[in-house]
Amino acid sequence: MTEPVLEIRDIRKAFGALKASDGISLDLREGEIHALIGPNGAGKSTLIQQIAGGLRPDSGTVHFLGEDVTALPAAARARMGLARTFQISSLAMEHTVLQNLVLGALGARGGVFRFFRPVMKDGALLEAAREAMAAVGLEELARTRVADLSHGQRRQLEVAVALVLKPRAFLMDEPMAGLGLEGSRQMTRFLDGLRAEAPILLVEHDMDAVFALADRISVLVYGRVIATGTPREIRADSEVRRAYLGEEDMA
Amino acid sequence: MSREAVLNGVIALGLLAVPLWAWAADEPFVITLATRVAILALAGVGLNIALGLGGLVSFGHAAFFGIGGYAMGILASHAQSYEPLMEWPVLIEGTRSMPVIWLVAVVASALAALVIGALSLRTSGVYFIMITLAFAQMLYYFTISWPAYGGEDGLSIYLRNSFPGLNTLDPIQFFAICYAILLAALFFTARLAKSPFGLALAAARQNAARVEAVGIRPYRVRLVAFVISAALTGLAGALFADLNRFVSPAMFGWNISGEIMVLVILGGVARLFGPVAGAALFILLENVLGGISEYWQVFLGLLLLGVVLFARGGLVGLIAGREATHD
Ligand SMILES: Nc1ncnc2c1ncn2[C@@H]1O[C@H](COP(=O)(O)OP(=O)(O)OP(=O)(O)O)[C@@H](O)[C@H]1O
Ligand SMILES: [Mg+2]
Repeated sequence: MTEPVLEIRDIRKAFGALKASDGISLDLREGEIHALIGPNGAGKSTLIQQIAGGLRPDSGTVHFLGEDVTALPAAARARMGLARTFQISSLAMEHTVLQNLVLGALGARGGVFRFFRPVMKDGALLEAAREAMAAVGLEELARTRVADLSHGQRRQLEVAVALVLKPRAFLMDEPMAGLGLEGSRQMTRFLDGLRAEAPILLVEHDMDAVFALADRISVLVYGRVIATGTPREIRADSEVRRAYLGEEDMA
Repeated sequence: MSREAVLNGVIALGLLAVPLWAWAADEPFVITLATRVAILALAGVGLNIALGLGGLVSFGHAAFFGIGGYAMGILASHAQSYEPLMEWPVLIEGTRSMPVIWLVAVVASALAALVIGALSLRTSGVYFIMITLAFAQMLYYFTISWPAYGGEDGLSIYLRNSFPGLNTLDPIQFFAICYAILLAALFFTARLAKSPFGLALAAARQNAARVEAVGIRPYRVRLVAFVISAALTGLAGALFADLNRFVSPAMFGWNISGEIMVLVILGGVARLFGPVAGAALFILLENVLGGISEYWQVFLGLLLLGVVLFARGGLVGLIAGREATHD
């Protein structure tokens, strides 16, 4: 078996008395979508933050591409090829769609400390930005400021910026949130194809999407992974049914 | 051409036309006022890189203004007294050459900004404001208690420093130097704002987490912006000292930091020509209202309040409207 792209070992993080991560271990393998589900407040976003580098775990390690990145800042992990989307859209609001994507392409390419050439005329960066824009269907809105986008369009842009980084792994925190039925379906189709480019650790509440997409599912409750398995195994797991899924959804 | 570009052209030409008229009409005082506008505008252009582009509310830019001033004062006073600054291990003599003084002013203020920025940029918000202020105050008290260069009384320089091929004592020629430097700084800033660095800096102002998530460290981008910003303000300090042929600890005063910030806000934060418009308005008010009442700063305060409450883009924003989202 090849080494997993991303491996989290025994991550612990407490906020005061609250154990948001209580010894979490999981991994993400090439070509897969690994869904992370769990009730509100289970600690999913906190885990994503620690993997991305925005938050330092109290103990435990994060390995990415075989390297221990636990001590690396978020920007360094991103440069290694770890791309994330935020649960609450986190974009440069005054900038246009295209500018946000060019920023992503710039981060991926490097060469930030150049002071004289207009960045919005850089062919290579624009090309990468346009490609990502087309992939999520935002071309028409290239010159629209993020502040003027709808909620759903911002979610799409979040994903597009992750895409423009050409990463080795994606961390996505509820990319479907607030997209509506049709939006969710489109995003589901899109993520389905995306796993061929890089594996996705997907936090999602939309169970239709999760069961349609996931190769494996981990269930997080009170900071602990109570089960990991294929969608079929998770569906059948009685502890999961009791703790989270609710019997009525399982018909 | 956008409305703002036209306005910028008008401001640039206006700042040139007034002293030219004064020169023809033999009104040297007006030329001196225009020179002050150009120099304060330059200081503001520097601050605007940190404040406008980077969202870094530095309340300590007097530190760099003062360092630039003292770079001039120290070098010129040694040239004046024919005593070298240092004989060992290398001989360093004073100089009257403006280009050399400018270089020293830029390098010294950039180095100071590297240290001050490295420490203060670890904080944000009100702490950042306070730490930058504290550094400037430290330098203020340091120069007061530093007898070698005049202490509290400051340093007088009898002759204005020299520039090859020009008579710097002629007000219009000295104005031309300051004006040319201002235009060069504006050109540089305009390019900077549209460069890769400018994009990253503006994005870091809006959302630092976003910038990190694409692999760019906001701290480094801000630090470099702070250094560039300080270098321009330091250069303005050297010119200001040359204009007055005098430097004193007052150049480090917190009110100087405040004035530079006020003129940026008056003219328009993050607007290229904001500091120029602001400096012109500031000097105009100081001389018109200042002639009527010694409490002219009360009116300035009211005006500032009005701008902050009703015209966030300052004078430039008021006339040119909201900034167009460039491509
Ligand atoms: N910075 C913080 N300080 C204190 N408590 C925090 C912090 N961040 C998260 N928490 C708490 O940790 C717990 C886990 O939060 P987290 O956001 O990770 O949950 P989640 O699984 O992502 O929930 P949701 O599905 O609602 O997004 C919650 O109880 C939350 O209130
Ligand atoms: Mg969450």
